[in-house]
Amino acid sequence: MNETLRNTGLFAVITALIIYTGFAQSWNAALLIISMGLISSIMALGVNIQWGFAGLFNVGIMGFVALGGLAAVLIGMPPTEGAWSAGGWGIVSALLLGAGTIIVTVQVMRRMAKGWLRTAVVLALLVGGFFLFRAILDPSVAAVESINPAGTGYLGGLGLPVIIAWPVGGLFAAGAAWIIGKTALGLRSDYLAIATLGIAEIIIAILKNEDWLSRGVKNVIGIPRPVPYEIDLQNDPGFVARATDFGLTSVEASTLWVKFLYIVLFAAVLLILLWLSQRALNSPWGRMLRAIRDNEVAAEAMGKDVTARHLQVFILGSAICGIAGAMMTTLDSQLTPGSYQPLRFTFLIWVMVIVGGSGNNFGAVLGGFLMWYLWVMVEPMGMWLMNVITYGMADGYWLKDHLIESAAHMLLMTMGAVLLLVLRFSPRGLIPEK
Amino acid sequence: MDFLNAIVALANYVLVPGIAYGSQLALGALGVTLVYGILRFSNFAHGDTMALGAMSAVLITWGFQFLGLHLWVLPTALLALPFAIIVTIGLLLGTDRMVYKFYREKKAKPVIFVIVSLGVTFIYNGITRFIIGSDDQNFLDGERFIISARTFKRMTGLEEGLAIKTTQGLTVITAIIVVAVLFWFLNKTRSGKSMRAYSDNEDLALLSGINPERVVMITWIIVACLATTAGVLYGLDKSFKPFTYFQLLLPVFASAIVGGLGNPVGAIAGGFVIAFSEVTITYAWKKVLGYMMPESLAPDGLVQLLSTDYKFAVSFVILLIVLLFKPTGLFKGQSV
Repeated sequence: MNETLRNTGLFAVITALIIYTGFAQSWNAALLIISMGLISSIMALGVNIQWGFAGLFNVGIMGFVALGGLAAVLIGMPPTEGAWSAGGWGIVSALLLGAGTIIVTVQVMRRMAKGWLRTAVVLALLVGGFFLFRAILDPSVAAVESINPAGTGYLGGLGLPVIIAWPVGGLFAAGAAWIIGKTALGLRSDYLAIATLGIAEIIIAILKNEDWLSRGVKNVIGIPRPVPYEIDLQNDPGFVARATDFGLTSVEASTLWVKFLYIVLFAAVLLILLWLSQRALNSPWGRMLRAIRDNEVAAEAMGKDVTARHLQVFILGSAICGIAGAMMTTLDSQLTPGSYQPLRFTFLIWVMVIVGGSGNNFGAVLGGFLMWYLWVMVEPMGMWLMNVITYGMADGYWLKDHLIESAAHMLLMTMGAVLLLVLRFSPRGLIPEK
Repeated sequence: MDFLNAIVALANYVLVPGIAYGSQLALGALGVTLVYGILRFSNFAHGDTMALGAMSAVLITWGFQFLGLHLWVLPTALLALPFAIIVTIGLLLGTDRMVYKFYREKKAKPVIFVIVSLGVTFIYNGITRFIIGSDDQNFLDGERFIISARTFKRMTGLEEGLAIKTTQGLTVITAIIVVAVLFWFLNKTRSGKSMRAYSDNEDLALLSGINPERVVMITWIIVACLATTAGVLYGLDKSFKPFTYFQLLLPVFASAIVGGLGNPVGAIAGGFVIAFSEVTITYAWKKVLGYMMPESLAPDGLVQLLSTDYKFAVSFVILLIVLLFKPTGLFKGQSV
């Protein structure tokens, strides 16, 4: 069997699985799997660029995805009335002051000669800057958060079309990646892993606690959509007439149509990114990256700037994860910082890349769809398994209750086991690198 | 008098919790650093090894409590600790045999080991939650305080109380004993010396007839002891909740790196550096400053530099600073 046929076969299998879900469960469920599969594939593509092309280990995908989600809020939501005049400008100036302090400190570090004087100046700058920062920030934050805390209590966004948030989400993620890459790249490979683990935790902590920015755990809901609302479609006589032509009720037709429009949008983004990644992979730049990945010392001896290339590819990959994060928040039309978990947003994406075939863009896309399908299906399967195991036990028996309760944790073990098994027995994945 | 009150308040809210937390981090970081020194990878599964070890201790403690076994004023968990360590040793040796050994023989890159350890993390985490669930579990019994705040106030007549929890005292004493035994083992025994030789120069160690598999086995056994002890102490002091151990990974790694990866002394120092930075930066200084300053100058706000929600940010920032300026850590670690 030749390679193209085999790969087409693999994609056909996942298509068949989704069509089966459509018939067995509902087409709404099937379309939802496709749209989340598309988003997952984009995330996997981003990680594949980092790991497959360059061998960089990023454990902070969750953080970059969450930053994309924040972009959707900051771009899409309407500005909160009175928030900017109450404290918005205060917050912005405090943040600028904070950034300025850091820049000045870095300049002082560079310019002044080493010695106790430099240490003293740097410390004075940092401590003074910090207190000034807090002095301006705190009252402004309090002012913003006191505006109708039950409904808004945050700055709101710019009220622009939410699609703009997608590239902006990429930019946010790229910014965070730059900070991490600048410090941790060029050192041991483990340090990047630990630093990304840290930045992810901190981004989530910021989203959870900075109410003026993201409403924290109160969540931002009702982010405007790039596609029409179901209710508007149901009130549109033209749409209802077309739906009845197909033999569908207006409710069914509207939910399916909205999901279909999302899929078209997401598929367009995926295709563009896939095309770009393929071009990058086969360009001299891509070959250089793989040369660096396979033998860093040799590549460096050939005059390649390993750290700079790593930084580039790390930023690019993270930006793609940010784009996917913004798309996901757009699809959910809400930002719920409490729902970002490392298992779902870091580990699952890794499993997608490894299973699909690291180093191969199509592999990442396949892995994205396949693992997302599994992810959705493992929990019901675990539940079913537990029901079978406990079939003979009496209702209310402690072991039965315990086993059924813990079915939810099957996901953790299944994903861990899938990763270990694939790494061990088929480390090149389903669609191996050429 | 005010001065004394300030010192007591400082001790109560900063020194005592800082020392206890620092000891827990130091024990955790020692485990990470040993794996790094011998097996040469950053073990992401360490946090969940601590969780699994602590979980076995919780279950065994419940068993003992059910049987009516108690340790007078001390927590029963102390009695359960050796048994929990044995369980963890079995688990780690089993994992090594089934997972890591294959890659060791293939001489895989360190980053592959890191990915594999991430997979192990989630399996451990799954096992822990599968057995004990994801809720808070309380397994502390015995006397709660060595000195309670009220007794201290009555004894000294000061306004401020100093409370030392039994678990805090236990943590420090246990940590000292464990560290002393570990250093004696590494420096005085034959096995310990072969471990250090292997960590310093693998090829040379192999040439002089050190059996690498034996070294690896001893390392996992020690790591199991350290991780279980750290996990149980942390669980006793705060409370046992599976998810917190994954979050503990960041401060533990930060401690190990600040001290210098692969350097045991550094791991201990790093643990205390991280713990004290975290506690001092997230502590509201109002009370202490209120005693120290004249009334007119006393601060209005809480004088808290960062809210406790950002305690992870502290270890992260310290980590970044160390990576930027001294990537080998304060004490010379292995390599950059």
